[in-house]
Amino acid sequence: MSEKYIARSSAIASRLLGGEMMIMSAADSTFFTLNPVATVVWQVADGRTPLSEIVVRAVCTEFQVDPDIAQRDVERFVEDLSKHGILLVSDRPFPNSTLGPPEAA
Amino acid sequence: MTLLQEMSDRALELGVPMSVHFDITYRCNERCVHCYLDHDDYGEMRTDEIKRVLDELAAAGTFFLTFSGGEVLMRRDFFELLEYARQLLFNVRIKTNAVMIREPEARRMLALGVDQVQVSIYSHRPEVHDAITRLPGSLRRSSEAIRFLKQQGLRVVIANVLMTANMRDHAGVQALARELGVLYTLDPTITPKMDGDRSILNLRVPGAELDGVFHNESLVGNVEEFCAPPPPGADEEVMEGYPCSAGHTLAYISPYGDVFPCVQFPLPSGNVRQQKFIDIWRNSSELNEVRSIRAKDLPVCSTCSHVGTCTRCPGLAYMEGNMRGPSTADCEKSFHRTGILSANMLRQGRSSTSGPLIHIQSLAV
Repeated sequence: MSEKYIARSSAIASRLLGGEMMIMSAADSTFFTLNPVATVVWQVADGRTPLSEIVVRAVCTEFQVDPDIAQRDVERFVEDLSKHGILLVSDRPFPNSTLGPPEAA
Repeated sequence: MTLLQEMSDRALELGVPMSVHFDITYRCNERCVHCYLDHDDYGEMRTDEIKRVLDELAAAGTFFLTFSGGEVLMRRDFFELLEYARQLLFNVRIKTNAVMIREPEARRMLALGVDQVQVSIYSHRPEVHDAITRLPGSLRRSSEAIRFLKQQGLRVVIANVLMTANMRDHAGVQALARELGVLYTLDPTITPKMDGDRSILNLRVPGAELDGVFHNESLVGNVEEFCAPPPPGADEEVMEGYPCSAGHTLAYISPYGDVFPCVQFPLPSGNVRQQKFIDIWRNSSELNEVRSIRAKDLPVCSTCSHVGTCTRCPGLAYMEGNMRGPSTADCEKSFHRTGILSANMLRQGRSSTSGPLIHIQSLAV
């Protein structure tokens, strides 16, 4: 299976509120909130870290989830957000010029 | 309950200033007859000071940021500030008269991911709009700007403040909004000047006209629902409720760094040139007093049948001399919406068939 890389779109507004990330798409003003697991994935979506590494390092370690279940759930979450254009997905690392600002904790 | 309401409730529980209205200048290229501001510059914050405040707001958890004025584009550094705010991932809304927006400005706003641009339009008739703004050609310029913004794909809202001079023009402005393909919002609120001068309140629309506005389906939606009499007897939830988000999840910052609970609530609560925003937000005795007030604490309004449905503005009440008192403009709105006198009106011996729309009380000094 090929590796995936994920990066936050710069065309969004986001802020952490009580451990959950609020996101609003600038394109259509759709409002999202992410649960704590998705929030962690969002925060480390730097466009350079492979998705499989994010799952192992950020999700499994922090939330003590089975790696296969975590991988499946994260892929579904990534697919959902990418459909709305707020998370970018590629099969290779993103060049620096395409990345948005670092996410504040 | 919408997701956004859920997050607003969460912000309230956590004491997070989710929304900030930031007037970055009071300077303006228009001189609107109803404006509450002094447009001279008495030392507004520099670019670096505003950027520092934006850093502090992001750290405090602010998500919705409204840049307003004065006219925001009077600042030469406006786009630098906008870009900085977007780098901090705020949801940015802009309030403007749009006179200085042409295609390049509109394109830049889109590129920076502005969520919404609100443009003030008073009338579809140039002679009325331009007489209110006291800037010849302003309706033409603002309308052209809306087209530029819309062509870029930005979300635009026409804000139609209603006063005596334009009170019959709302249908025309609505039609203009439809023609331009943008949203429309109407506001019949005229506020006293920030220095306490109440003379501009004479511009408020008379009650009979307000009746017409509140019973106009195209303006309020479901008239029966909007004008429904208040339910009998306020329950505990209403009495324990707080009036609005001012000071709870919303703050206002002036170009001089003064912090207030809301743009319409000029209670000085601190200054970001002297203190960090978060320290003002958490520790200001003024903000904490505002937060402590519940409906049950309002001596007149707690006895009023409208207590659960009134749009009572604590800032307007404050400008009348008592933040726990009634806001007479909102009493009038409740009355003209439902036909039922407020407790404040009854206390003052108002009958439902006569009397002036606005009771002007002197400010407590």
